[in-house]
Amino acid sequence: MIRTETAPAPRRNLELFLLLLALVVAVGAQIITAAAMDAPIDEGYYVDGGIYAGVVLVFHIILRIRAKYADPFILPIVVTLNGLGIAMIHRIDLAGGDGSVADRQLLWSAVSMAFAMALLWFLQDHRRLRQLTYLSLVVGTVLLFLPMLPGIGMEINGARIWVNLGFASFQPSELAKIALGVFFAGFLANNRDLILLAGRKFGPLQFPRIQDLAPLMIGWLVAIGVLVVQTDLGNSIMFFGLFMAMIYVATSRLSWIIIGGLLVAVGGVLAWMFVPHVTARVDIWLNAFDEDIYSREFGGSEQVVQGIFGLANGGLTGTGLGSGMPNRVPLANSDMILAAFGEELGLIGLTAMLLLYLLLFSRFMRAGLGTRDAFGKLLAVGFAVMLVLQVFVVLGGITRVIPMTGLTAPFLAAGGSSLLGNWLIVALVLLISHAARRPIVVGPMVNASGDEASGIENPTTEAAEATASEDEAAAFQDEDEARSGTGGAR
Amino acid sequence: MNNAIRHTWVVSVGLFMTLFIAISVIQVPMTDELNAHPHNVRQMYQDRGADRGTITVDGDPIAESVPSDSAFDHQRVYHDPELYAGITGFYSIAEPPTGLESAMNEYLTGQADSQFFDRMTALFTGSADEGAQVELTIDPELQQVAYDTLAQGERGSIIVTDVETGEIRAMATRPSYDTNELAVHSTSQFSENKAEIESVEGLSPYYFRPINSTIAPGSTFKLVDLAAMLGSGDYSPDTMLDNPDQITLPQSQTQLGNFFGGNCHTSSRADLTFITAQSCNTPFAEAAMDMGEDPIREAAEDFGWNSEMQIPLSVTASHFPEDLTDAALAQSSIGQYDVTATPMQINMMTMAIANGGTMMQPTLIETVRGSDLQVIEQHEPEELGQPISSDVADDMTELMQAAVEEGTAHRANSSDIDIAAKTGTGQIGGTDLVNSWVTGFAPADDPQYAVTVAYERIVFETGTGLTAPNMLTMFEAVIEE
Repeated sequence: MIRTETAPAPRRNLELFLLLLALVVAVGAQIITAAAMDAPIDEGYYVDGGIYAGVVLVFHIILRIRAKYADPFILPIVVTLNGLGIAMIHRIDLAGGDGSVADRQLLWSAVSMAFAMALLWFLQDHRRLRQLTYLSLVVGTVLLFLPMLPGIGMEINGARIWVNLGFASFQPSELAKIALGVFFAGFLANNRDLILLAGRKFGPLQFPRIQDLAPLMIGWLVAIGVLVVQTDLGNSIMFFGLFMAMIYVATSRLSWIIIGGLLVAVGGVLAWMFVPHVTARVDIWLNAFDEDIYSREFGGSEQVVQGIFGLANGGLTGTGLGSGMPNRVPLANSDMILAAFGEELGLIGLTAMLLLYLLLFSRFMRAGLGTRDAFGKLLAVGFAVMLVLQVFVVLGGITRVIPMTGLTAPFLAAGGSSLLGNWLIVALVLLISHAARRPIVVGPMVNASGDEASGIENPTTEAAEATASEDEAAAFQDEDEARSGTGGAR
Repeated sequence: MNNAIRHTWVVSVGLFMTLFIAISVIQVPMTDELNAHPHNVRQMYQDRGADRGTITVDGDPIAESVPSDSAFDHQRVYHDPELYAGITGFYSIAEPPTGLESAMNEYLTGQADSQFFDRMTALFTGSADEGAQVELTIDPELQQVAYDTLAQGERGSIIVTDVETGEIRAMATRPSYDTNELAVHSTSQFSENKAEIESVEGLSPYYFRPINSTIAPGSTFKLVDLAAMLGSGDYSPDTMLDNPDQITLPQSQTQLGNFFGGNCHTSSRADLTFITAQSCNTPFAEAAMDMGEDPIREAAEDFGWNSEMQIPLSVTASHFPEDLTDAALAQSSIGQYDVTATPMQINMMTMAIANGGTMMQPTLIETVRGSDLQVIEQHEPEELGQPISSDVADDMTELMQAAVEEGTAHRANSSDIDIAAKTGTGQIGGTDLVNSWVTGFAPADDPQYAVTVAYERIVFETGTGLTAPNMLTMFEAVIEE
C-alpha cells in the first residue's frame, strides 16, 4: 500500500501558512494587551512585531534551503508560544516594575533563533553529533557545575545555577541538558546491544548486569549532585526522568523503569530527609494554605498560593489579556508565567496552550519514530521528554500536583538561557525530522524486483534501505507496520 | 524502539492529562472558595477597583467611578459630598462600604438577580460587568436648602418626605464630611483622614444622624399618646382635662411638671386642643396612667417603634420600653425615661397623620437602571400600615394646626402655608442641654410633605429658635416648587 508512496512532500508551504497564523496570534496578543491596559500603541509595537516576524521568516527560508523535509508543525507552534510569552512579559512590564523585560526577551528570542539557524545551517545532519558523545559528557558536566566555581557562579533566589558573564547572567544547565542528552543518546545507541543481551532473567523481567547499570547510575548521581550541590530540585527531576526515559526507549525493558523507580524513591526519601531545601519544598507543597507557612518571610507558600488564586481568578474563560492581576504573583513573568496565562486566558486558554505543548512533544516523538538511526530516535525522544518534564514540573508545581521547583515553562518564561537552550533543541529536532522524512538518495542501485519494487518509480525511496536495519526499515513504514517491524525484534 | 517511544508518548500524555485535571479543578469548581480566601487580594482589588454604578439625584451623579491610575482600576468620586455623605456612605479600599454603597451594593456591582441577563450578555460580548445606575428620590436643590438651613456648629437633622409616596425628598445632617477623603486608594491615607473626621465632635462616618441617632423624643411623643387617646374613643379634641402645674408620680418622690416657661399655667383645666398646642405635660401623664402601658406601646409600635427598617439604608429601631411602673409610664408618655426615637421615626409618624392615617414605606430609591439604562426597578409607593383611623388623623391635624397657630410651634406660623406641627424638647439627664424637635406637615388641608427637624445636645433657647423656623424654611422651599 504505502509502498506506492512517491517522494514525501516538503510541506514548507503549510509551514509558511501556519507561521503566518502564529505571527498573527503572537503580535496580536501584544497589541490586545496594550489596548486592554490603555497603553499607547506606538510604532514600537510594529517595530517589535516586525523584528519578530522577520527573524521567524528567515528561519523559515533557512529550513527551505537546508532542511526542507523538516516537520512543518514544530516551528509554528514554537513561534506561537514564544510570541505569547513575549506578550505576557510585556503585559507584566506594563503592570509596573521593570519595563524592559519584554524587550530583552525579544532580543534573546532573536539571538536564540539566530543560534538555532546557525546550528541548522552548519550541522546539516544530526548524526554528526554522535561523534561527540564523550566530549558532550565532559562539556555537559562542566557546564552543569560551572556555577559552583567561585568568582563566576551566582546564587539567585536560593538556587546556585547561574554564572555571571559580565554583561548578563546565564544558566548553563539549559545548555548542559542538551549536551547530556547528546551523550546519553550516543552512549545508548553505541551500547544498547550489549546492555540488551547481557543480564539475568527473573520471571518475566530481564535485569541488566551491574556494570551495564553504569549509565543509569551516572544519571542518578548527576541528578542527586544537582540537587544537593545546587539545590535545584527541578533540574534534578528533569535529568533523572530524561535518563530513565532514554534507557527505556533504548532497551524497551520495563526492568529499567523498575530500577529507576526504586532509585527515585530512595533518592527522594533521602533528599526529603537530609536536604533542607527539599524538606521545605515538600512542606510548602503539602501545607500551602497553612497560615504559618503562608506568612513565612522566606521560603513561604505565598507564591504558590497566589498562583492558585490567579488561576481561580481566571476561571473558565479568563479575565482577558491585560485585565487580570498576574503581577500579584511573585516571578509572574518567569516561573509563574503559566499562572498568568491561566488567569488571563482562563481554563480554555491554558488548555489550548497545554495542547500546543502536547502537539509539540508529539511532533518531537514523531520525528524520533520516523528517523532511521537509533541515535536520532534517542535524541528526539530525549528532547521530547525534556519538554514534557519541564511543562509537567512547572505546571504541576503551580497546581500543587507536585512540590514546586525552579523550572521555567519552555519558550514562555522570561530568561535568555532557557530560550537559547530550547531553540537549539528545536533546531536539532527539525534536523532529525528532516532526516526522518527526507527521501533517501541511493544512487543507481534500486530494488527492481520483489515486494519492495512494486510501484516504485522514483528512485529515491525508502525501499532500498529497507534491509539495512530493522529499525531503519521500521522508521519508514506506516506506524502499524512499524509495530510489527520492531515490536518483538529484540 | 518505536514501541517504547509510543509508550513514552502515552505516559507523557498521561502526565498532561493530570495537569489538565488539576487546572480544571482549580479553575472551575474551586474558584468561589479560592476567590473568597482571606489572603486573596485580587478579589479585593477587583471589587474595590470595579466600575461601580452611579448614584444620581435628578439625573446628576453624586457618586461615580472614574478610571484610576492606581493599583485599582477605578476611583470612586463623590460630588457635593457633605450634602450626601450619610446617604451615599463611602466606598473604601480599607473597609466595607457604608450607606447606599453598602445597601445597594448588589445593584451597583451588577450582581443583583435582576441583572442576570446583563451579566450573560456581558459574558458573550466581552464587555466588563457594569453596575446599575441608582436614581434617588432626593431633590438636590431641596437637599442643598436643608443642609444650608441647618445651623453650623450644632448637631442637626432635617428630613423632608412626600407623605403620599414615602419618597424622601431631603435628608441632611450637620456636621458632615467629605466622603472622598475615605475613598482614597491608600489605607494609611484612609486611616489618617478617618481620624481627622472623627476628631470633629459629634461626627462619625459610620453614623447618619437622621436614621441612626436614637434620642429622647420629648413632647413629639405626645403624638403617640394622642393616637392612643383619640383611638380609644374616650377622648376628643374638646375633652376637658385637669392641668395641674405639677404632679407627684406614684410610689416616688418624683415631681412631673409642666414646662415653666410656657402658657400651661394659665389654665388649670383645659381642653385637649389647648393642652396639645401648649404641650402641657401633666394631662398626658395622667391620661397615660389612666389608659395603662399597653395602648401607648401598641400605638408606638404601630408607628414603627421597636423595629428596624430599611429605606434601604438601615434605620435604627426607636425604643419604647416594657413593664413600666406608673411613674415610668408617665415619664415615657412625654418622651422621656427610656423612650428614644430617630428623626426618621418621628417623620414616619408625621407622614401617617398627614396621609389620613396610612403610613407609607419611606424610601430613597426612585429607579434602578441597568447599564443600558433600561429600568430594572421602579419605586412603587408601598403602604406600611394604618396605625390610626382617618378620623383620628383629622383630629390630630387640627390639634397640630393649633400648635402652630397659637402654641409652641408658633415660630412656624406662616400666612402663606397652613402648617400642622408638634414640637418637642427632650431633656438629657445630667446636663442643661436638650434635644430640640419639631415635626409637621403642610398644607394642613391637603398634606403633601412632612418635615422633621431635630437638634441634639443643644441649649434650649437656641434649639427652639432653630427648629420651627427651619421647618418653615423647608416648607417654603418644597411647597413653592
